[in-house]
Amino acid sequence: MPKEMMYAEAIATAIIEEMQRDSNVIFYGQNMGMTERDPMLKMFGKDRIRITPISETAELGIAIGSALTGLRPIVELWMSEFMLVAFDQVLNEAPRLRYMSGGQVKVPVVFKAGYGFAAGWAGQHSNCIYHLFMGTPGLKVALPSTPADAKGLMKAAIRDDNPVVFLQHFLLTLEKGDVPDEDYVIPFGVADVKRAGNDVTIVATGWMVQKALAAAEALAKEGIAAEVIDPRTIAPLDVNTIVNSVKKTGRLVLVDQAPRHASVAVVIAGEIAEHAFAYLKAPVRLVTAADTPVPFSEPLEHFVLPDSNKIIHAVKSVLQRQGAAV
Amino acid sequence: MGGAMRPAEQLENERLVWMYTQMSRIREFEERVKRTFVEHPGVIRGHTHLGDGAEASIVGALATRSKGDPVMPSYRCHGYPIVLGTPPNRLMAELYGRKDGICKGFGGSMHLADPERDFPGTTGIIGAGIAHAAGVALTAQVKKTGQVVYSFFGDGASKQGAFHETLNLAAVWRLPVIFILENNEYQAYTHIGLEDANHVAGEPLSKKAEAYSIPGATVDGTDPLAVYDEVKLATDRARAGKGPSLIESKFYRLSAHGNAITVPPVPTQFPKHESVEVYGRKTEYEAAKANDPIPKFRDQLIGRGALTDTRVKTIDGQVREEMDEAVRFGLASQPPQPEDALKFVFA
Repeated sequence: MPKEMMYAEAIATAIIEEMQRDSNVIFYGQNMGMTERDPMLKMFGKDRIRITPISETAELGIAIGSALTGLRPIVELWMSEFMLVAFDQVLNEAPRLRYMSGGQVKVPVVFKAGYGFAAGWAGQHSNCIYHLFMGTPGLKVALPSTPADAKGLMKAAIRDDNPVVFLQHFLLTLEKGDVPDEDYVIPFGVADVKRAGNDVTIVATGWMVQKALAAAEALAKEGIAAEVIDPRTIAPLDVNTIVNSVKKTGRLVLVDQAPRHASVAVVIAGEIAEHAFAYLKAPVRLVTAADTPVPFSEPLEHFVLPDSNKIIHAVKSVLQRQGAAV
Repeated sequence: MGGAMRPAEQLENERLVWMYTQMSRIREFEERVKRTFVEHPGVIRGHTHLGDGAEASIVGALATRSKGDPVMPSYRCHGYPIVLGTPPNRLMAELYGRKDGICKGFGGSMHLADPERDFPGTTGIIGAGIAHAAGVALTAQVKKTGQVVYSFFGDGASKQGAFHETLNLAAVWRLPVIFILENNEYQAYTHIGLEDANHVAGEPLSKKAEAYSIPGATVDGTDPLAVYDEVKLATDRARAGKGPSLIESKFYRLSAHGNAITVPPVPTQFPKHESVEVYGRKTEYEAAKANDPIPKFRDQLIGRGALTDTRVKTIDGQVREEMDEAVRFGLASQPPQPEDALKFVFA
């Protein structure tokens, strides 16, 4: 029986279930397990639930060393930008060690962090920096958009023998959804069609999936059937599902909360240009954040970020080029 | 040490001979690497760093190991796997970028690994491996394996954030790890007098341990028995669950930091040591050469009757033959298949 739960609860449930299943899984980070009353500390003890100082390089480097030798650590980073403090460990250590050893070692570690906190956190705590991870061979990157996906992807991340950057969207924290009760994983590299449609393909991740679905709902009232695809992981990226959808619709709108330059949207556009160009009936449209840091004041913040209206506008523009009624 | 017997005094003669032999093997391997640049130009690509001068420190520390204790050196890493039993053939083949290399030609000199021999691997980024070593110690602590982890790094790495963050957290968690700071006086090309606060203040680098309230000691890294004594105390302490120690092992790197950085096709070789090449301190370098740890230990063992001239000749001859063979093996090994480059990105 599916159970309704919040996004954050689904992620916590996945971690608890995996820690119960495998004693090699440990979980640590700043400001967690601080008192004896902490429920996870009670469940798993001080060896497996740990608190750390504000030392990202040590936190991540120690996780990597422990992963090299048999543990499966999950590090709670809280905010994806905090990984920048220890970027060597994220980009130049975890994903390289297996390769440089000629396949002798593996690094099963999960770097868990929130991102995209578009609620007045301004220039250093609300950005989308996943493009930095996506372009690093050896790293996997998950961006779940629903509670059910979040649980299944976290379980897959923990069981994966490779380093995974697991990014949870801050603005989805309290979102509720049905989560299957049974033990399940969502394999990496498998996109999900969140809404089927024949007129246009919209690809979005994280919070933008909600914006895309809201846009699709509004467009449906005008007789436009949009298909909404959530890649769920951007490394690996399920290009096939997007290509197949474009073969059907001939039109593509790529939505990304990150700035346009070097965004996931741009990467997908490149793949489509190579693999589905002949099927396109109109140029691909990108709906991304502006190429700016995220500003503080609300109207400024709204201005730079994508929203449902911007998506609707883009969909109409790709349809207009084909002379469709809008 | 007080009136108590030094741990090294309990070492039997055959163990001392083993230590001399390992020191000789490291030196001979490094000499062959250096000669390869001259005799087989182009065979070694990229940047290679030698551990000549470090032999007493490496072997004195590793002689305290118990079976299964992991070893986590820096990028200057040839000597440690030689002591752990990795065949020099496979190490040399790796340096030559061949498919029989210990990492199949994917790592090279700076990135060696032999996890089956308790050597999980190195990183080329200075200081980063200190955190990895503490992570290996975390595994030992969580799984209650009783292992102690040996973390080796240079004086340069002790100015990295990774060093300070890791020492703090390793102390808080009482991780079973020994931090061995190999002070060879030069941070790449820069003399320590230009970049280390303790040194500038006329104090030992082991003073850094005080900041994290862990034991810190400075030892003569050209004397393997002195290193053994100090590291033994630290391993016993770590194995008893009392947490990490910092040991500054002072010796002198006898070769330059690395082969000269050239752009192909300009050939590269080892330049003169920075003391001479950069700073013009010929006397300093000559003094270091005169204090070479290998003949010093050899003479010490002969003096106490643990070695004879005849046995030294036999050992050195065997070592030369072993490293001749490593060069032959490396040169004869084939390069990897180009398309193998797509392997090992993911497990």
